[in-house]
Amino acid sequence: MRIDLTGTNASQVTSSLLQARRQAGSPSMGMVLTLVVVTDEAHHGEALRSAREVSTEHPARILGVIRGPARGKSRLDAEVTIGDGTSGETALLRLSGELTRHPVSVVTPLLLADSPVVVWWPNDAPDDPAGDPLGRLAQRRITDCANSRRRSTAMAGQAQHHTAGNTDLSWTRLTPWRALLAAGLDQHPVRVTSATVEAKTPNPSADLLAAWLGSRLEVPVETRRSGGPGITAARLHSSHGDISLDRPDGRLATFRIPGEADRPVALQRRSTAELLAEELRRLDNDDIYQQTVLAYARSQQPPAKGKRSTGTKTTGTKTTGKTTGKTTGKTTGKTTGKTTGTKTATKTRTGSTRRRRT
Amino acid sequence: MTSLHANPLRDPQDRRLPRIAGPCGLVLFGVTGDLSRKKLMPAIYDLANRGLLPPGFSLVGFARRDWAHQDFTQIVHDAVKEYARTPFREEVWEQLNQGFRFVSGTFDDDTAFGRLRETVEELDESRGTSGNHAFYLSIPPSYFPDVVGQLKEHGLASPEGGNWRRVVIEKPFGHDLASARQLNAVVSEVFPPESVFRIDHYLGKETVQNILAFRFANAMFEPVWNSNYVDHVQITMAEDIGIGGRAGYYDGIGAARDVIQNHLLQLMALIAMEDPASFEARSLRLEKQKLLSAVTLPQRLDLHSARGQYAAGWQGGEKVIGYLDEADISNTSTTETYAALRLDIENRRWAGVPFYLRTGKRLGRRVTEVAVSFKRAPHLPFTSTATEELGQNALVMRIQPDEGVTLRFGAKVPGTAMELRDVNMDFAYGGAFVESSPEAYERLILDVLLGDPPLFPRHEEVELSWRILDPVVQYWAENGQPEPYASGSWGPDSATEMLARDGRTWRRP
Repeated sequence: MRIDLTGTNASQVTSSLLQARRQAGSPSMGMVLTLVVVTDEAHHGEALRSAREVSTEHPARILGVIRGPARGKSRLDAEVTIGDGTSGETALLRLSGELTRHPVSVVTPLLLADSPVVVWWPNDAPDDPAGDPLGRLAQRRITDCANSRRRSTAMAGQAQHHTAGNTDLSWTRLTPWRALLAAGLDQHPVRVTSATVEAKTPNPSADLLAAWLGSRLEVPVETRRSGGPGITAARLHSSHGDISLDRPDGRLATFRIPGEADRPVALQRRSTAELLAEELRRLDNDDIYQQTVLAYARSQQPPAKGKRSTGTKTTGTKTTGKTTGKTTGKTTGKTTGKTTGTKTATKTRTGSTRRRRT
Repeated sequence: MTSLHANPLRDPQDRRLPRIAGPCGLVLFGVTGDLSRKKLMPAIYDLANRGLLPPGFSLVGFARRDWAHQDFTQIVHDAVKEYARTPFREEVWEQLNQGFRFVSGTFDDDTAFGRLRETVEELDESRGTSGNHAFYLSIPPSYFPDVVGQLKEHGLASPEGGNWRRVVIEKPFGHDLASARQLNAVVSEVFPPESVFRIDHYLGKETVQNILAFRFANAMFEPVWNSNYVDHVQITMAEDIGIGGRAGYYDGIGAARDVIQNHLLQLMALIAMEDPASFEARSLRLEKQKLLSAVTLPQRLDLHSARGQYAAGWQGGEKVIGYLDEADISNTSTTETYAALRLDIENRRWAGVPFYLRTGKRLGRRVTEVAVSFKRAPHLPFTSTATEELGQNALVMRIQPDEGVTLRFGAKVPGTAMELRDVNMDFAYGGAFVESSPEAYERLILDVLLGDPPLFPRHEEVELSWRILDPVVQYWAENGQPEPYASGSWGPDSATEMLARDGRTWRRP
């Protein structure tokens, strides 16, 4: 059932949730977490649909927060939904006027008692989610750089401000790739000398995969541009031959191990709900993501030994926050546009900081 | 290269990375059976869909049918389409499809097993299964000697150079102590104990594994988990269906052997055992064995056991026939379709707390649960009229369906008078959580391929269970016909009387 509230406040939303639950015959109250979805008018439908799908695995109270226009009178409108094929409850909160600067005051009274809070930004996210007022309420903060409008630079921002408890869905997307590559090395334990990742760039997942391989294997990793979709290949080079995973069509990959027959393996791209469900399975810090994203951040820093780099300048250490959004976003956007088609190679070496773009 | 370096891509902190079994194959005997089509094949597909099967995983079907390779592929395809839990994806199917093989033959046919060996070797070559194979015997136990012997004869049972061979067997593990031992002798002659995986699919269920989490990860339940607070425990597995097409298997076996010997006694062991030193297979097994060896039967089986046979009636709005009218069942059959039994545990924790186990077909509804009933408060500072409707506190673990935990306690009825009544506090594993939680068979097949044994009962447990049950079954065999009960009811009157003698009643699950 659905209850619409206009010009309301948090305590009315709370009592509507209670009322809806009672009217639905008090279905189970086994909700395990509060999931705050920070979104906008254009994306909330899809985002909340994914969140509801996830709530079948992780029964949750879902709070959709839409920050409307900051001008005009302060106002809170809410849509409260219970049932309708979910095991939790959903409240969509539309904030406008001065209230848009105080979303925490709306969300705080609506958090479930004594259970974890997760904030998810399905599209654009602040560069420092842990510093964001809503992010501060949560122990887990989930961003999605690949769905950000600043796709090419968002990850750099996240990496710079990484705080324990942050993860990005670009990382979640990698799990099957990482699992297969790890299985490849299980089956064929060789000394890897270098690695290659091929993807349609900009691709935050590919950057993370390269950083992960680089930091785990301590070898140079080359990122090559391909036509996509997404990541098309990952190869571990060794003197015995390559352990490789090629996925040209985004669904069926070929898994190769030296001296053995090629094996097809399904590696379809997963839905947002599936990714989110994986994310919510762990509510503590993801140490491996942290290592990886820090390795990525190191690789992003401007070269120390006076080597010239183009394009990366603006993603420098200090100037993130505002500047990344304004300058880097645009410049990279354009440059990538121009250079598409030409083969670009990005060398990432962990420990040493060498990275060229464009 | 074969030396085991730590894989730099693995890290114990990296809990996202699933355990993917090494390269291997599964040889399935009895591919035409219900279990294969409805559970095993879909589970294999679901595992592949979740990315948990190794690339190159191969499935060899072995059956008497005169099938071509495509026929087998078609059977698997249909089974997967109809019964798989996860959506059908063409690319997952392609991954699996290339590893399907079919070998036609009977279990005593030497040339067929010769072909099986060739097939397995060909797969090692073309699919890289590296000589790792599990043999799943989804066939009646009477064929085990033949098949196991053939596997040995053709060198399929013995691993070479670091690879593994495992055998998977399904219940029933015999029909009494003697036959269980005999069966074990047959299998253990060829496969060492650590390579024998006995599947009790109940142990693969998330909710059953949750019993351990519930008991040993929480502080608040363990202090009351003993005879000081617990009055009695009821373990129920009720089915709403009849025997269906399983007459051949069921008649002569009956409810006690079919369900109590394995599922219910395992559930009882998990509910009542002491905390294991660790969650390793060995520690768990030790605790379960210790518990099972402390179980005693009542002195008077006539007073503390009950059995029944379903009669014609109405079940869930449908008219159904009685057991004796089922196809292929003799109308003098004494096989019980309902069995109830009191057991006691002779240890410090449980002395004096009866465990009531019951199972039956064509009962009120399909439900499996464990209900721990607590003693009444020693003193009630209310008038007797106020507490008239107050029952005992109970903690119910709902195993299936509607997985979850219910806590039942007294609360005040709203109003001016002080009146108390029982209420439920529910924890559900989410409305549709069940759909996304893996099927028991997925977990178990994966564990077989990974060689991870905690969820598989060992031979010692099987023997202990039979030791408990044998005298009961024998007593029943000497005492004529089971009592008929109406289909759709909660069992025969004798079961109700059996609890009434102890001053208790069955919980309506």
